[in-house]
Amino acid sequence: MVVSVGLVVMLALLLWVLADGGWRAIREFGLHFIIGRDWNPVSGRESYGALPFIFGTAVTSLIAMVLAMPIGVGVALFLNESGSAWIKNPLAVLVDLLAAIPSVVYGIWGLFVLVPLFDHTVQPWMSASIGKVPIIGDLFTFNGPGGDIFTAGVILAIMILPIVTAVTREVVSVVSSETREGAMALGATRYETIRLGVLPTARPGIIGAGMLGLGRALGETIAVALVIGNSTRITASLFNPGYTIPAVIANEFREATSAGVHRSALLFLALLLVLIALGMATVSRLLVRRTTRLLGGDVAAQEEAATSTLGMA
Amino acid sequence: MSATVPAIEVPRTISSQRRTKDRIFSIALWASVVIALIPLLLIVYRVVRLGLAAVSVSLFAHTALPANMAGGGMKQAFLGTAMIVGIAIVISVPLGVLTGIYLSEYGSGRIASVVRFTAEILLSIPSIVAGAFIWALVVVALGSFSGLAAGVALTVIMWPIMARATEEVLRLVPTELREGGLALGYPRWRVIMRVVLPTAGAGVLTAIMLAVARGLGETAPVLLTALGNDFVNTNPMKPTDAVPLRVYNYVQSAYPAWRALAWGGALMLLLGVLVLSVTARMLSIRQQRRMR
Amino acid sequence: MREIDVSSLSAWFGSKQVLHDINLGIERSAATAIIGPSGCGKSTLIRCLNRMHEEVRGARVEGKVLFDGEDIYDPRVDPVVIRRRIGMVFQKPNPFPTMSILENTVAGLKLLGRLPKAELQARGEKALRAAGLWDEVKDRLGDPGGRLSGGQQQRLCIARALAVEPDVLLMDEPASALDPSSTLRIEELVTELKDRYTVVIVTHNMQQAARVADWTLFMLYGEVVEFGPTSRIFTTPEDKRTEDYVTGRFG
Repeated sequence: MVVSVGLVVMLALLLWVLADGGWRAIREFGLHFIIGRDWNPVSGRESYGALPFIFGTAVTSLIAMVLAMPIGVGVALFLNESGSAWIKNPLAVLVDLLAAIPSVVYGIWGLFVLVPLFDHTVQPWMSASIGKVPIIGDLFTFNGPGGDIFTAGVILAIMILPIVTAVTREVVSVVSSETREGAMALGATRYETIRLGVLPTARPGIIGAGMLGLGRALGETIAVALVIGNSTRITASLFNPGYTIPAVIANEFREATSAGVHRSALLFLALLLVLIALGMATVSRLLVRRTTRLLGGDVAAQEEAATSTLGMA
Repeated sequence: MSATVPAIEVPRTISSQRRTKDRIFSIALWASVVIALIPLLLIVYRVVRLGLAAVSVSLFAHTALPANMAGGGMKQAFLGTAMIVGIAIVISVPLGVLTGIYLSEYGSGRIASVVRFTAEILLSIPSIVAGAFIWALVVVALGSFSGLAAGVALTVIMWPIMARATEEVLRLVPTELREGGLALGYPRWRVIMRVVLPTAGAGVLTAIMLAVARGLGETAPVLLTALGNDFVNTNPMKPTDAVPLRVYNYVQSAYPAWRALAWGGALMLLLGVLVLSVTARMLSIRQQRRMR
Repeated sequence: MREIDVSSLSAWFGSKQVLHDINLGIERSAATAIIGPSGCGKSTLIRCLNRMHEEVRGARVEGKVLFDGEDIYDPRVDPVVIRRRIGMVFQKPNPFPTMSILENTVAGLKLLGRLPKAELQARGEKALRAAGLWDEVKDRLGDPGGRLSGGQQQRLCIARALAVEPDVLLMDEPASALDPSSTLRIEELVTELKDRYTVVIVTHNMQQAARVADWTLFMLYGEVVEFGPTSRIFTTPEDKRTEDYVTGRFG
């Protein structure tokens, strides 16, 4: 038991160390840290405005969500509806394998395969088509080869797909067994059964799955650092390079070992990351619980199953 | 009293509109499956193809060489990973398994709920934060990057995984077995050691394997704590190299020779992680069958 | 007059055969009860009548079920259509959790196309009245369906099934999860409903069958043992096994 409490101690220590380390940066820069755009570690001209990283983190994660959610829910529904174990089991295993791939492998593939592909084919094409549409077009203007926000978003989408699928699957399977027969007996087609019976009840849980995916996307470091281009400028186009919080920590920690504002700034960013990820995980758990509560009765066992999948992130 | 409502027209077949929607829906589901699988196949294919080209004895036997010299390798990275992950296993396995035992066997009190909740939180923190934590704590305190620090950083990640997985596996052991032991007069602790753990045996091994699979592939925490090294290092207190770290560095380099080696390292990582994951999964299926 | 004509019906779960060559005629505008000990196949039989059995993985059906002149198992027939005309109520009440009482009731109607709100309201009221639930919920139609008691939820499910105006209502042990007074209410409902609908009810409670059904089918090990007017089955059964069952010697 002592050991287990140690786990709690460790978490507390983690939060404390980061807060203690990051305190100085906030004290010196205050609000500017969050809304300022200039990030200059060069001593003598030090200034730390972390907005570019916050922006990059938010945008890449958003892209990842927009791409991964529909696919993830689709795969989860497919697996749930699928009759034959022949297709279902191998498929489930394959999707889970996606989760096991180390992020540096995603990174190397992203950098050498995806970035050139997007630079030479996808992005010029999108720039020429959607890029011409007024207002939104500015998001899609191609500006030359190299890493960019969009590619980072796509890589993140692939990386969070397994967890979105896994949690959605758990949720859908519980909901489906309760409401499916009722809908079918009324003479509903498969699509209607899902639309009528499954999705409305599963909705909080599915959003919860999304939050978990989002939490994962926010914190992903290596793959993103390799494909995002690492630029501290905030620009309108998604096809331009950007930067994220984890990426800057990974890139700059070496110069920041000596006690100073730089180190403090990075630690504060790490603290920010933890708190956001924590928030996401908690909200997600509450949402999944909302779904199981809607079903009432003896679904406690299935709630266990759902939340344990959360653990296998 | 409401007005009488006429009977509904009974159609013999479903409207084509409904049929079409159903069909489109099925197609959409199939499409999402295909889209989901494409990246997996592409990645594995590319890593295998380019990685195999780089795998040779020299990958393992030689240490890093300057890029213009032929025949370099990643020996120091493989040894480094072994050391770092080894340290992490030594620390986190006892911690993780004990926590798992606690949660499963004594798990209904307030304290247990707090611990469980903490474990869940720790499971969802980004790995770079674990790295930053240990960086701020150990590296700065000791004054240098070290393999030990990296091992500790990996523990931060592996401990909750093992705790959770162990708890689940132990939960599966039927209560009757425990009650049988207790009824014989064994103290709680003995029941756990002699009855519960052996029954769950392979399951605990699975938990460890899953945690190790995760620890093997992590780059960010190791980056921030071990820094890397071009040479073989056997001193845990000094900067050490690791495979994911080396791959990360070589990937960004301008030299084709190093980039080729990076693919080799990536392939080895992929193989290691996949072998562990698949074995763990098969063990767990077998274990579940035994428990029925 | 026969509503449903079952001939040579057999059913399997995977390789295990659970129904053996069933032959049966369900009378229109009457209540038919299916009784028998646990595992005799009564639930499977009723689920074959609206093609729900085949929804289970690995399940299979052979034989014919004639309804309104057509074999519902004819490959050209769409099961979805059959299920609208042959409705079902389940053992555990399963209203849609996120829908209100009214929405639940008209859920099946909405599948049939866009109907004006007033019409949905009217049809919903009609169904709720038929299910004997109207007076209890008329002031709170917007409340979530899950907030009702077990017995009320089951009547809501009956209302939902009735709203699409089926010809037949199948009931798979509709009262076994309910308390005695709710059970009584459901039984009264069945007696009212059988004038306008053809009701088939599976029950493990013999007395319930005796109370509500005009016809009774006794099954054992996936086979029909005896079928006939309820009064005869319970007072002068022809088969010894039937007699043993209804006098409580087994089951």
